[in-house]
Amino acid sequence: MISVENLSFAYGRGRTILNDIDFCAPKGSCTAVLGNNGAGKSTLIKCLNRILEPQGGVVYADGKNVRDLSRHDIAKNIAYVAQRSAAQRVTVFDAVLLGRKPYIKFEPSREDIQIVRSVISRLELENLAMRYTDELSGGEMQKVMLARALAQQPRILLLDEPTGNLDLGNQYKVLETIRQITRTEQINAIIVIHDLNLALRYCDRFLLLKDGRIFSHGGIEVITPETIKKVYGLPVTVQKINGITVVIPYP
Amino acid sequence: MKHNSDTYKGYIRKKNLFILSLAMLLLITALWAVSAGSAGLTVKEVLSALFGFGSERSAVIVFNHRLPRIITAAVAGTGLAAAGCVMQSILKNPLASASTLGISQGAAFGASFAIIVLGAGTQNQTLNGVTISSPYLVSACAFFFAVLSTLIILGLSHFKKATPESMVLSGVALSTMFSGAATLLQYFAADVKVAAVVFWTFGDLGCTGWNEIIIMAITVAVSLVIFSLNRWNFNALQSGDETAKSLGVNVTGVRLMCMLVSSLTAAVIVSFVGIISFIGLIAPHLIRRVIGNDYRYLLPASALTGTLLLVVSDTAARLIAAPIILPIGAITSFLGAPLFLYLVFRGVGRR
Repeated sequence: MISVENLSFAYGRGRTILNDIDFCAPKGSCTAVLGNNGAGKSTLIKCLNRILEPQGGVVYADGKNVRDLSRHDIAKNIAYVAQRSAAQRVTVFDAVLLGRKPYIKFEPSREDIQIVRSVISRLELENLAMRYTDELSGGEMQKVMLARALAQQPRILLLDEPTGNLDLGNQYKVLETIRQITRTEQINAIIVIHDLNLALRYCDRFLLLKDGRIFSHGGIEVITPETIKKVYGLPVTVQKINGITVVIPYP
Repeated sequence: MKHNSDTYKGYIRKKNLFILSLAMLLLITALWAVSAGSAGLTVKEVLSALFGFGSERSAVIVFNHRLPRIITAAVAGTGLAAAGCVMQSILKNPLASASTLGISQGAAFGASFAIIVLGAGTQNQTLNGVTISSPYLVSACAFFFAVLSTLIILGLSHFKKATPESMVLSGVALSTMFSGAATLLQYFAADVKVAAVVFWTFGDLGCTGWNEIIIMAITVAVSLVIFSLNRWNFNALQSGDETAKSLGVNVTGVRLMCMLVSSLTAAVIVSFVGIISFIGLIAPHLIRRVIGNDYRYLLPASALTGTLLLVVSDTAARLIAAPIILPIGAITSFLGAPLFLYLVFRGVGRR
């Protein structure tokens, strides 16, 4: 469970990026963070685990004030996957093992290795486990980074465009896995995502950002042609096809 | 599933085996290096001298001449390579090392200052050699200016919140400034003193006694402990500052602390043995290709490679034109420059 009160952020004394951000998400839910480019989506999720220090406001992760936690304790509670990650001459297994860093004192324990193995098989990365990450495709790399975040065994999962490089099949598979994990482990996922139809399919909470403020927040009922028009500046229709809600743009 | 874990275990075992064989190779090379030279010792004589069974003559050669020299090379190689490896990690720059961050140039200026202004050394007219009358004064001045260079970089990055890129760039700027200052000093100095400075900057592994070796060894040992405690931090930093922060790394703290430790280590070594370029740069890069970027293995492997390179270079310096000992700094630069060029252009091509 995550709750955010009155969060604000600005770079130095410059332009404010985020203002009066207030929302909460119950355990086991997936929240989609939506908005046009530069609305402050990435900045928002980076403020939640203090990658960026917010100027004001409070973030509670499972009731604990994130400001009072050490970096290590934050890492045990909140995992983050960046939009892009540089590939290195490191095996996929070791890249996922890095997710155990907050728990490792000097050498990884048997349990750490066990967790890495189960995450790798959960994301169907077994065949890549011994490959170097600088030999992977963009989509494979994105899955590896998600695996690393899951190996952290977080209570909150922050994902910045986790499906940006994935093919159609993998987009659905990966989001399905994320949804399953949030439900079975009763954790939160906060996902910055551009594909509205994927968001509608796999997320249950929607946070629409406009100019650094929350424009609208709630369940699927906040996705209406009016809100989408105001946030993205594009006329759309929202329809149900075979029981699935879809957004169809009319530029 | 079972298969998967077995391959990982095998992979880890392979890495450990590689490091172990590197260490064995180093041991054998060091033994050979002790025996090689004009005195014509055999490896067997060296071994018996080491364990206290040899003749008095071979014991004198081994303990008073060869061993201090080779241990100096080993300690300096280890320290420079480990420091270079860590600098490359925390500055996220493949070209970071003591000789590109102004540390070597600061030391060279300090030595020039001690020799020319404070009169700590001169060229010996009769023997065609150089006498450094107060080696500790030269080392102290070299250390002072090497550390000054580091402190300026760290101070700027601490108060101005500089990025790793600007830290490297300020290192380059300081290198130029210190070389310029050293040149100015030399321009107005007597030629015998300039000769002494030039000899000092060539690097010399043969002038260190056991006291200096112990100081260097302790510094290198402490820095190795600090580095290995940070190896997971270095691994995390490779994925970028933001991801590292999300994994619990205090990015700024680790960067400042490890910069300070690696620079101090390099400064101590350079002040005692003179400028030995490129070991800190090439050793990590050579071995990175073989062992990958996991600092659990890269760090010890780099240190061993640096040691091996410096021991071999030193032996080459002693043997090529024996009985003349060629300047070690020139040998390592000659070895390193082509690789440096290759790395620069490889980097350009990829970006």
